[in-house]
Amino acid sequence: MKLMPCPLNGPRSITEFVYGGTVPETADPASEDDAAWADHIFGPHTPPGIVREWWCHVASGYWFIAERNTVTDEILRTIPPPRAKPVQGTGS
Amino acid sequence: MPLTLLKYGLRCSYPSRPFLPDEREAKSTYDVVVIGGGGHGLAIAYYLAQDHGIRDVAVIERGYLGGGNTARNTAIIRANYLTPEGVAFYRESMELWRDLSNVLDINLMYSERGHLTLAHTDAAIRTMRWRAEVNKHLGVESEFVGLDDLATLCPELNLSRSVRFPILAALYHPTGATARHDAVAWGYARAAANRGVHILQETEVTGIVREGGRVIAVETNRGRIGCGRAVQAVAGTSVQVGAMAGLRLPIQPYPLQACVSVPVKPVLDPIVVSGSLHVYIWQSQRGELVMGGATDPYPLHGTRATLDFKESLTMHILELFPFLAEARLMRQWAGVTDMTADFAPIMGLTPLANYFVDAGWGTWGFKATPVAGKRMAECIATGRQPDILKPFHLERFRDFRLLGEKGAASVGH
Repeated sequence: MKLMPCPLNGPRSITEFVYGGTVPETADPASEDDAAWADHIFGPHTPPGIVREWWCHVASGYWFIAERNTVTDEILRTIPPPRAKPVQGTGS
Repeated sequence: MPLTLLKYGLRCSYPSRPFLPDEREAKSTYDVVVIGGGGHGLAIAYYLAQDHGIRDVAVIERGYLGGGNTARNTAIIRANYLTPEGVAFYRESMELWRDLSNVLDINLMYSERGHLTLAHTDAAIRTMRWRAEVNKHLGVESEFVGLDDLATLCPELNLSRSVRFPILAALYHPTGATARHDAVAWGYARAAANRGVHILQETEVTGIVREGGRVIAVETNRGRIGCGRAVQAVAGTSVQVGAMAGLRLPIQPYPLQACVSVPVKPVLDPIVVSGSLHVYIWQSQRGELVMGGATDPYPLHGTRATLDFKESLTMHILELFPFLAEARLMRQWAGVTDMTADFAPIMGLTPLANYFVDAGWGTWGFKATPVAGKRMAECIATGRQPDILKPFHLERFRDFRLLGEKGAASVGH
C-alpha cells in the first residue's frame, strides 16, 4: 500500500486521495496569446523529474501540495496549502 | 499463401532462415528517419517504401522491435468511436486489418469475435445510442442491444439484478476484433526490411539537430545520422522526444495496467468492455483471459504495477463473470500512455518543415497501427496533411478545436 504523508491527517493510503493537477504558473488569458494560453491549459504539465502537484484527501476534503518524482513515484514532501490573499468585496 | 505452404512441404530440406534480414551497417544519412520501432513506426516505414517508393529509410529503436507499447497493449481492434472524424479514421484501419495477414505474409491471428460495451447507467445508454447512430451512418457495424440479445451474444455474462451495478444494455460491434500484437510489429518490420528499409535496434535518439526551422540530423548512441525528413512514433516518451525537436506536445503520461490469467479452456468468445466498471476482458487463442482497466489515477513516467489496480480490476471482473473466481493471474504489466485532453491522437505536420509527429496515442494506438502508418507515410511523402488526418493536427489545441472522443476512446476516464 502506497502512503501519502498528508499534512493534516498524517500518512494515509494513497487511494484516499485524488490528484488535482500540477501547481500551475499563473497565467492571464487577457495578456497571453492563444498559443501560450493553449500551452497553459493543455500542457505538457508533467515532465520527468520532481513536480509540485495539488492533492486532496477526499474523506476530509483537505487540499495540499505534494512534491513528487514523476519517474520513481516517490513523494518527497507535502506542504499545507498557501493561505489565499484576502479579496476586498465590492460592497454591493 | 497456401501454394507457398504446399511447395514448402514438398521440399527435401528445411534450412532455417532468419525472420528479419541481418541488420545492416547504419548509413551516415537517410532520406527519412523514423524514430521508434514499434508497430506505428514500422508501419510508417513499410508504407513509405510500398506506397510511395521511398526506400532510403531508417527505423531507429532504442530497445528491440515492438518492445514498447506495441507489446503492452491489450490488442483490441474496433471502430465504434463517437466523433465522425474518429469513426472514419478507425473504419479505414479496420479495412486494412482484414487483409493484413495476407499483405504481410504472417499470421496475425486476426479474429473478428465481436465487441460488447456494457451500459450500467442511463447516461451510458444515451452515449451508446448516440455512438450506434454515428457508427451506422458512417458504415461501421454497430447496434444498441438489450438484455435478451446480450444473453444470446454472451451467455457467460452475469445479467443478475442483484449486483452493485446491474447491466442494462450494451453497444454491440460485430466486427470488433483482436490480433497478435508482436506479429504486427514483426510483419511490418520484415516487409519494410525486404523493401530496403534499414532497421537499427538498440539505437537511442539523444538529440535532434535543427537548422533554420528544419531537422537535419538525429544524434544517437551510435553517432549522428543525417536525415532529409524525420518522424517520431514513440508512444510513452512522445513529450521527451518532441522536446528534443523543440516541440511542446500537449500530452500527460499515465500508466495503464493490464494482466492475463493462466490459460483456461475456451469460455469467452466476444470482447467485453465496461466503462462504468473500468474493465475490459477477452480470451486469447492461447486461453489466457486478457484483462485491463482504466489508466492510473495520476501521471507517472514509469511502468510499475500496483496491487490496488489488481484488486479493483478483479473485483469488477468477478461481478461480470463470477465463475472466474478460481482463475489465477499469470502476468501483469503496465505501459505509459500518452493522454491528450480530447482523447484523440496527434498526427501529421509540425511547425518544423520536415518533422512529423505520430503521438498522443493514449489507450487507443494499437488498433490504429495500419491506418496511422499508411496516412503518416502519405503525409511525409507529400508534405501535406491528408484529409483524414486534418482533425488530428497538433494545431487543434492552439485553435481550441478539440475532438471530444472521451465518451468512446477508453474506459473509466
